[in-house]
Amino acid sequence: MTDTPAQNTPAVEFAGVDAWFGTTHVLRDIDLTVARSETLVICGPSGSGKSTLIRAINGLVAHQSGTIRVAGFTLDGSAKATDAVRARVGMVFQQFNLFPHLTVLENCTLAPLHVRRLGLNAARDLAMGHLARVQLADKADRRPAELSGGQQQRVAIARALCLEPEVMLFDEPTSALDPEMVQEVLDTLTELAGAGTTLLCVTHEMGFARAVADRVVFMDEGQIVEIAAPDAFFDRPRHPRTQGFLSRILG
Amino acid sequence: MSRADGFLTEGYVRKTLIPPAPPPRRLGGPLAWVRTNLFASWTDGLVTVLILAALAWLVPLALRFLVFDAVWTGTSGEACRPEVVGHPVGACWAFIGEKINYLAYGSYPAAERWRPNLFFALLAFGAGWMLWLGAPKRAWGAAYLFVVFPVLAYALLAGMPALGLVSVATGLWGGLLVTVVVSMVGIVASLPLGILLALGRRSDWPVVRYACIGFIEFWRGVPLITVLFMANVMLPLFLPGDLTVDRLVRPLVGIALFASAYMAEVVRGGLQAIPEGQMRAALALGLTKTQALRAVVLPQALKIVVPGIVNTLIGLFKDTTLVSIVGIADFIRVLEAARADPRWSAPAVPATAYAFAALFYFAICFGMARYAGFIERRLAAGDAR
Repeated sequence: MTDTPAQNTPAVEFAGVDAWFGTTHVLRDIDLTVARSETLVICGPSGSGKSTLIRAINGLVAHQSGTIRVAGFTLDGSAKATDAVRARVGMVFQQFNLFPHLTVLENCTLAPLHVRRLGLNAARDLAMGHLARVQLADKADRRPAELSGGQQQRVAIARALCLEPEVMLFDEPTSALDPEMVQEVLDTLTELAGAGTTLLCVTHEMGFARAVADRVVFMDEGQIVEIAAPDAFFDRPRHPRTQGFLSRILG
Repeated sequence: MSRADGFLTEGYVRKTLIPPAPPPRRLGGPLAWVRTNLFASWTDGLVTVLILAALAWLVPLALRFLVFDAVWTGTSGEACRPEVVGHPVGACWAFIGEKINYLAYGSYPAAERWRPNLFFALLAFGAGWMLWLGAPKRAWGAAYLFVVFPVLAYALLAGMPALGLVSVATGLWGGLLVTVVVSMVGIVASLPLGILLALGRRSDWPVVRYACIGFIEFWRGVPLITVLFMANVMLPLFLPGDLTVDRLVRPLVGIALFASAYMAEVVRGGLQAIPEGQMRAALALGLTKTQALRAVVLPQALKIVVPGIVNTLIGLFKDTTLVSIVGIADFIRVLEAARADPRWSAPAVPATAYAFAALFYFAICFGMARYAGFIERRLAAGDAR
């Protein structure tokens, strides 16, 4: 899947990871290795720990045991490791979470200016490049609230891309969108996957999973229940929970 | 066959799309405006009439007192006595005219009054720089107002013999000067302090959180007048014998801490209104928590609470009058002292003094409120959708 010789560590590596929210066991013995350039779709019923899993990758959720390594850095709870990982991981949220008081361009230049310490012109050029990539260069001076949901989510993708991340995380990127806007976001994701970005996506868009994913991960009750290539996953699910889930959502 | 039946049985397909049309024209003219806005119903009409009647009663009364029956010139209370003037006397503006320097500077030595004047000018310059949103280099304006200006102001007002500025004891400061100094210190200190306290109250670190809660609840739970008496009477008892705190500084600190507790609660309201996703997204972009607060959360939170902040500042400004009770010669106290001048004993003088104080405080508070309204509209226009 990956053949970049200089980057021979996996993009993301979970080894025996457990996490709790209070007394709730939200991640249970997670083992998962994501190769560079791989596209991984994570699905499962709500409350199954999908969002928690990808939030653990950039330290938005702390794990209590096991090891998470991202782009060669081990998340050990130290600020240094967390900063190093967050600077290499882009994240896109279900609710976009654009900053409403900033323009589209300012949303995109925030991290380049404050995290990567680029100059203003370099940050602008970078941001305009990524806005062009999501076909929103003409909206650079607008406020997020002036854009449609699909456009906002594409801005959020451009904003994350401005980190020039090694890994992109998507947490249900189309779930808050009107049906007619889902496709434009999925097209952007497909383009990213095709360009070799390591991509982990929590989604219920099974058509997208089948067409774009290298592997599909099915989670339930905080654990990974099944991992398979998309064809095998959809056509020959092995675990009864997977079969039940697929029959419910595919009808 | 009825139309409804047609829908049910035959379905419906539009043959031509309707182009947009202008809205129906509204009834014009001032008469229509009066009818819809003042006399739409008989209760509306009754309220309109009652308000007009109240205005018709109050406005002439106020005008007579403030303008028509007022005495504008004179050198003593004699000029403002009805039996001398020969008609009823309203405000005795001659009194204010003669005392205006005292009201502005208190007992600040007359030869040194250029110093408070320069102080007012420097303050107006800095405040104008900050308040005018289109001003160039506002970051420098902030640096000037919050760092350079306080040092300059202190040297200028208290004196700096090394620079040839004679020392002027704070006991001699008075009037508008003291009111402005106390309010400015309160405003400049309470906003940053309030923001820090609000952030501290939401800290993940229990020690910080409980310290901030304790601080806020203590200062909110104590009347300001108690704080001022404590600062004035009790503070020296707690300090070592040879250490004294200036009599003006004591209530200043009290007011600043008191106002910051209120400010903290206003700011906290704003912080709570910002969805958690904003902080999460900022952290995911690699910003540190401090950067995320400064660039993402605080700008939005403070914007929401502009009305609350201004409300607190107006309250703070009016509360500064309480320092007069602990012997600080603020605007109200010098006004009281001036009206007790036996040379100006006339029935109209106390009323004039209080009317002048009311106008003075109202003008400043109303100015603050108008400016805040302007800021709110500007911010709202900023994210027009």
